[in-house]
Amino acid sequence: MHFEYKIEGGDFTRAGNASSQVKRTLKQLNVDPKVIKRVVVALYEGEVNIVAHAYHGEIHIDIDTEKIKMTLIDKGPGIPNIEQAMEMGFSTATPEVREMGFGAGMGLPNIKKNSDKFRIESEVGVGTKLFIEVYINQ
Amino acid sequence: MESKVFHHALTIRQDVCIGCSHCMRVCPTEALRVKNGKAELYENKCIDCGECFRVCPTNAIIIEQDDFSKIYNYNYRVALVPSILTGQFSDEITASAVTSILLKLGFNEVVEVETSVELLKEEINSYIANKSHSKPVISSFCPAIVRLIQVKFPSLVENLMLLKPPLDITSLYIKKKLQERGISDNEIGIFYITPCAAKIAAIKSPVGEEKSEVAGVINMNLIYNKVLKSLVHLSETEKGLSGRKDCLTDSGLIWSLTNGEASQVKGRSLAIDGVYNIVEFLEKLENEEISDIDFLELRACDESCAGGVLTTGNRFLTVERLHKRVEANKDRELKGFGNRILDYKDFLKSRIPIGEIKPRSMMKLDEDMAKAMKKMERSNRLMCFLPGIDCGSCGAPTCQALAEDIVQGKAAISHCIFLQKTMEQTHKLHPDHSFRIMEKIWGKDRFEKNCNKIDKSKRYH
Repeated sequence: MHFEYKIEGGDFTRAGNASSQVKRTLKQLNVDPKVIKRVVVALYEGEVNIVAHAYHGEIHIDIDTEKIKMTLIDKGPGIPNIEQAMEMGFSTATPEVREMGFGAGMGLPNIKKNSDKFRIESEVGVGTKLFIEVYINQ
Repeated sequence: MESKVFHHALTIRQDVCIGCSHCMRVCPTEALRVKNGKAELYENKCIDCGECFRVCPTNAIIIEQDDFSKIYNYNYRVALVPSILTGQFSDEITASAVTSILLKLGFNEVVEVETSVELLKEEINSYIANKSHSKPVISSFCPAIVRLIQVKFPSLVENLMLLKPPLDITSLYIKKKLQERGISDNEIGIFYITPCAAKIAAIKSPVGEEKSEVAGVINMNLIYNKVLKSLVHLSETEKGLSGRKDCLTDSGLIWSLTNGEASQVKGRSLAIDGVYNIVEFLEKLENEEISDIDFLELRACDESCAGGVLTTGNRFLTVERLHKRVEANKDRELKGFGNRILDYKDFLKSRIPIGEIKPRSMMKLDEDMAKAMKKMERSNRLMCFLPGIDCGSCGAPTCQALAEDIVQGKAAISHCIFLQKTMEQTHKLHPDHSFRIMEKIWGKDRFEKNCNKIDKSKRYH
């Protein structure tokens, strides 16, 4: 099954919509609540990253009986130093974003922690792609 | 894994129900449908919150209770009353007068549910301090919320606080105390005067416990009427009777009101009332959009138990009266400990924890994931045809609910009045047939001229 969601940069009021819809879908598919939680947390963090840092983006979700595959592609400034971005607490978020309670530098490490497979590609000035997989039967 | 037994206190009286769909529209878990002109309950989805009971214009939804005469099956009869019972009455009807009447009605003793709050408070705080418990700890006080989490937010089940509510701890205390007085177990009948349906369901099929100590439940509105009726026969002395000390502590008195628990907890806590507010909050909590909260007090009714579906008094006045009781209690020396509950501290403390609470997700389309996926694909395709205006004419609360009912074999696409029109236009459905379909959903009477469909006098009960 394939689902797609469009995300607008800066639209914090709608951040979380995609993860809520995916959550509902997974509940209906009788996926283990613990697995759902990992998917939703990873996806929500990814969604907020796009809203906070990028101009706009897309989320593609593919679900089969083995795994949930999430691809998050954004058009944005990209990440100059991925290794640094993956460090807990490192953040390039603006003070405004931090004031809203986001940008604590936990996003990417948290996504990785909640995924079984995680890959990140980024090009400065172009955008960032996240490939996340969570296995259903583990 | 999941128990199939799910007791409900709410029953729909088929002879009174007119299939008006008010209940279907307010149900927070979409547990109601209209079929054959009557409301029908999907038992695995119902959480006994009583929202349907509140809106039913014909009083067709009833909340079961034990027959009052059942109290006489026991030699020693205890009325277990929530503190909000006294808040139901106007100021001149004192807590003592209410107690006198309950004793006259046949009870040997009247005990307030919140008697055990001081013991529980300590336990809650050490439970929260325990780092191994998932945060935020969600109070298990309101049984409708426990069920809501089980059916709609299964991933949050592990956050539910595995401690007994005051009702169960106080019942244990009463039983133990009476047994020590030489009264045997089967002679003791503890009857709980309930402000809500969910408490009844929780007593009849407890979650995380083997069985309840409570022998029966009596609805608060029944007691309200009995008290008012008996009041005229009460002597002045009985009205001012001070036989029962006001033995609740301040926190006990307001425990069942909004912020009653949360205000007693160390750490960051939130109190939320109203089932729709709670659903909205839990959605966010499930996404981990909300963090760093230690404790959540969630109560299904607006103003918590003061707004329970079986209460009669105005909920805001009830809250005010209980706060007045706190104020009036200020100088009492024995406050909270006129009862002997502290003598049983060790006995009770070891019995406060409850067993595991299991999720019972109602949302799955099928147990088998591959089958569920097929059903979901089909329901998504159906959504392209359904109008998406959630008119409820099909007997389901939303188009999405109809689509899900169809893929589960509980409804047909021709139930949608919009699709009927399309099918009639393309000659795929005869108008007579579509009329019969609507009759099947809403009942034959619905199509007859009747100026008294809903008796106006019954509309506001």
